[in-house]
Amino acid sequence: MGSNMAEAHPVGFQWVIEAKARGAKVIHIDPRFTRTSAHADQHVTIRAGTDIAFLGGVINHILGHDLDFREYVRAYTNASFLVNERFQDTEDLDGLFSGYDPHTAAYDASSWSYAGVTAQERPGDHAKETSEPYRHGAKGPFVEEGPGEMEADPTLEHPRCVFQVLKRHFARYTPEMVERICGVPQELFLDVCRAWTANSGRERTTALVYSVGWTQHSVGAQYIRAGSIVQLLLGNIGRPGGGIYALRGHASIQGSTDVPTLFNLLPGYLPMPDVAHEDLAGYLDTVRGPREKGFWGDADAYMVSLLKEYWGEAATAENDYCFDYMPRMNGDHGTYRTVMDMNDGKVFGYFLLGQNPAVGSAHGRLQRLGMANLDWLVVRDLAMIESASFWKDAPEVETGEIATERCRTEVFFFPAASHVEKAGTFTQTQRMLQWRDQAVAPSGDQRSELWFFYQLGLRLKERLAGSTDERDRPVQDLAWDYETEGDEPSASDVLRHMNGIDLRTGRTVDGYFDLKADGSTACGCWIYSGVYAGETNQARRRTPHTRTGPYDAEWGWTWPLNRRVLYNRASADPDGQPWSERKKLVWWDAEAGEWTGHDTPDFERTKPPHYQPAEGASGPDALSGSDAFIMMRDGKAWLFAPAGLADGPLPTHYEPHESPMRNLLYGQQANPVRKVYGRPDNPSNPAPPEAHGEVFPYVFTAARLTEHHTAGAMSRQLPYLAELQPALFVEVSPELAQERDLRHLEWAHVITSRTAVDARVVVTDRMAPLRVDDRVVHQVWMPYHWGTTGLTTGDVVNDLIGVVADPNVFIQESKVLTCDVRPGRRPRGPALLEYVADYRRRAGITPETGTRIATAGGHTERAHIESHDRPEDAS
Amino acid sequence: MTRENSFHGPLTDPAADAGHRDHPPRVGFFTDTSVCIGCKACEVACKEWNDVPEDGIDLLGMSFDNTGMLGASSWRHVAFVEQERPLGRQDAGLADLPVGPSGTEATTEVVADALEVAKRGGGDLGTAPVDLGFPSFGLPGAATGVESRTEFRWLMSSDVCKHCTHAGCLDVCPTGALFRTEFGTVVVQPDICNGCGYCVSGCPYGVIDRRPVDGRAWKCTMCYDRLRDGLEPACAKACPTDSIQFGPLDELRERADRRLAALHEAGVPEAQLYGRDPEDGVGGDGAFFLLLDDPEVYGLPPDPVVPTRDLVSIWKHVGLAASALVAASAAVFLRGGRR
Repeated sequence: MGSNMAEAHPVGFQWVIEAKARGAKVIHIDPRFTRTSAHADQHVTIRAGTDIAFLGGVINHILGHDLDFREYVRAYTNASFLVNERFQDTEDLDGLFSGYDPHTAAYDASSWSYAGVTAQERPGDHAKETSEPYRHGAKGPFVEEGPGEMEADPTLEHPRCVFQVLKRHFARYTPEMVERICGVPQELFLDVCRAWTANSGRERTTALVYSVGWTQHSVGAQYIRAGSIVQLLLGNIGRPGGGIYALRGHASIQGSTDVPTLFNLLPGYLPMPDVAHEDLAGYLDTVRGPREKGFWGDADAYMVSLLKEYWGEAATAENDYCFDYMPRMNGDHGTYRTVMDMNDGKVFGYFLLGQNPAVGSAHGRLQRLGMANLDWLVVRDLAMIESASFWKDAPEVETGEIATERCRTEVFFFPAASHVEKAGTFTQTQRMLQWRDQAVAPSGDQRSELWFFYQLGLRLKERLAGSTDERDRPVQDLAWDYETEGDEPSASDVLRHMNGIDLRTGRTVDGYFDLKADGSTACGCWIYSGVYAGETNQARRRTPHTRTGPYDAEWGWTWPLNRRVLYNRASADPDGQPWSERKKLVWWDAEAGEWTGHDTPDFERTKPPHYQPAEGASGPDALSGSDAFIMMRDGKAWLFAPAGLADGPLPTHYEPHESPMRNLLYGQQANPVRKVYGRPDNPSNPAPPEAHGEVFPYVFTAARLTEHHTAGAMSRQLPYLAELQPALFVEVSPELAQERDLRHLEWAHVITSRTAVDARVVVTDRMAPLRVDDRVVHQVWMPYHWGTTGLTTGDVVNDLIGVVADPNVFIQESKVLTCDVRPGRRPRGPALLEYVADYRRRAGITPETGTRIATAGGHTERAHIESHDRPEDAS
Repeated sequence: MTRENSFHGPLTDPAADAGHRDHPPRVGFFTDTSVCIGCKACEVACKEWNDVPEDGIDLLGMSFDNTGMLGASSWRHVAFVEQERPLGRQDAGLADLPVGPSGTEATTEVVADALEVAKRGGGDLGTAPVDLGFPSFGLPGAATGVESRTEFRWLMSSDVCKHCTHAGCLDVCPTGALFRTEFGTVVVQPDICNGCGYCVSGCPYGVIDRRPVDGRAWKCTMCYDRLRDGLEPACAKACPTDSIQFGPLDELRERADRRLAALHEAGVPEAQLYGRDPEDGVGGDGAFFLLLDDPEVYGLPPDPVVPTRDLVSIWKHVGLAASALVAASAAVFLRGGRR
């Protein structure tokens, strides 16, 4: 679901084809029939943005028919824990959970905690501005108290136990409701339920694959929660052939969250310090709870080692390891906030590295207008991209909104070396680091990113060398001493530093358990610790599975500690024996007194299955022998999230921000905590209960083609790729073609309240209308790779999309919106602005449209309206 | 056992027949279209390795196919076929959706017109677009007949030069530019080709074609240079799902037979092998296919015949005719001699 694996991840799809050859059944649930569907046994057309309703239906089917893997659920999930008496569900509050504040559109999550836990009341608005839930990504947030006194009912019958709460929450997600919301016929839906449940249990496991079709929604994190709940109920986590596969969008997007390019995270998912953190101790107290279980208990060693890596000799126990040098967050510094601040004149300079937001980010217009309002812009890319040339060829030049001769932005373009021109690692979706050697030397002035930042650092240090200003100390003290190969910094030396070094011996550490909080080790990314164990580049290993078995133990290196399947303790029963011979992965060898198996056990090697922690233990010592989910603070997988999510402890079906439908389940229409930015330059199409949604009657979704790569800089410039998909097109069903008089290969244009874009029409049976609550809903799809440069050019599809975001991770909702489609080409020049303004007038759109986000219980508060310097007609 | 000959019918060892001694086993491609995901990596890898030029950045709209056909500058071509029928036991999930009639026939009509005028390297010099013979309808959705579409499948298939056992192109080449390699494949030598174009009409598949820029003929070489270095051809190397399999032809045929049986057993009775049979009109293909429909659906001729198949009978007739002429002439002279 939410993944077009064959087209977006064709190399990985070879394993799906292989699984099919071995008898696996493939089900593809997607708004359109894709190259993935062509190889699925079952295709299910779904209305974009309704996956939680579908998955909620699956959960209801499982619980209503007692189809869960009860022993697994009881042993490894929090199903038996009791929830706080103050907790109120969406069933009680018409789509809201307890703790909602309509003025801030945020939750105080204290009532979601476990029973017996005295959670502090905490308004959620600050957390919402800093994407706090994302910072809990790898560990789960506090459960406030130690796990010892958790109230539980192992029979799972207590009305307040998680299992029963879950059952009630999804009870109305019936096959009939799924059909009315998703447009999926009941029989088809039940076929999927039957296939999924029949293929799960002791003897069989089912894998779930998702991609950005799930994440790019205003309720995206909860999509993944919903999928996780299904997989946990069926016992498909931590077991061979099971799991949830998050296919990432680029070769090393996984790497760019592990060693992040995100404003709120440090390497290894350590949170970015906040203005509230006075010192290191205060920071660490918020990373690890006082008496919590699990491996985050050693966060002090990870953080001190990171500070030692950053500031080397200068970082000492006396100066708190230079913790005060760390920048502090005081709010939302995410990419979309930054772009709006650019438009508002609050940002002066911008670095773009391997990114082309003028084409590839949502609301391309806002991106380009923002970049046209900077003092300077640095762009490093393989080719001259739209984000470097917008000042002369943006669509806004044609409409008169950007005047080339008056555009103030000074653009510095640096040619970049490509991945074959430099050495380094990619971290793929399985968390596997794979080293690649340099194949050819970069030509001309092309240089690697590593070279650029190393040189930039050297120059900054040189410039600030004589400064006595305290604020320059972090740069002056920065440890910037990498080995070089020619004039390039050595990528393998950088990887060594990420692995971690024992400063007493100068040798690499073998894993994160070697890291110390006393300043004797340095480590750039604790989860990568072990990738250079034994002074050997483990990521460079290339022993194929034909020689090492199906888990490829010596191909590349997977974090943590080369484990291929996370939480694989769950592949054995509580007694430590495999759930079945057929699905054995790791198990307890009583004779040897250790865990063993086909994969590196994701558990303390010698902790027996029936181990019970001592009273008052904390950290890893507090984990019992059956606490398989060793990174979670209670050792259990969470069906119900007692804290940590901005928008609720359980996934709930909300309509997308822009939808043709009223929410059929609750008065609350869309995610009540989603981040909206009500600005004249960021209008929304109206959605019920607002009027005039009919002006934009169709559901729009966008995605990638195999033949192009994201914003197109790497493919539109290449003749062999450009000729394979030579023009921007819009896919419509024969039914919609008839309704709007669209003809195959002729021109049409797609309109939203942001703009209108031209495209050639492709009429295809692969698109099909849906019957949703007794009305027919048409869906429209476009690939988004085109822009103004390259061998094939076209309008920017992302210009159609406005900015509204998931409150947990700040990802934009670009996978579903509403639109209109008309035959023929759009108006050109200033006439385009007038044309779109006319649509806004007809739909009654103002900056307030879409910002009254609480629609349950008679709330009418606006969430977030911003005034805007530039007058623009958005009425 | 039938006597083998160089003109038609089964021929166990075309390389030996061409005079190669101590040659490696005959190699080929088995393209299993049932696992093709239409990524077109084969097209790109082929062009990269062989330095084949781009040949037209224009939207053909033939489903996801914008290559159109094999030609002088397209040595691999992935066809995309949208059909209103099920694939084995696959369920396209259309039942109970509010759908009308299929739009495929109408779009096919539009595409056929577009393809006629599309600039395709060499297309105007040699093969014209294959007319698949679909009937024409007006507006999409306006078709008569079936009220609503209930079935759908999307077929993908990577086409390539067949490297025939009896290669029409090679047989008619007057310069010797086309030759049979030690691997049993058929290769054009661009430094010898004089651009006469006989090969273009000699190919029963419409594969080989001339480039407009210099008129010389080009086609797949099965990466002859790579084969000589012990590497598999670029397309097979790049194929992520092993839809394109390379190897000794005997092994590939066995593998194909097993795959066909497995698909038949899995409820895909329409699966069929194409070019596998040494008894066919070209003596079997060096590059053969597993198809999920009749060959013409993919733009492949259903019953390709090498022009030289009828050579013996032609020469017999020519011989008869010549004898008759000689006899007639002789008679004239004889008669004249009496005068």
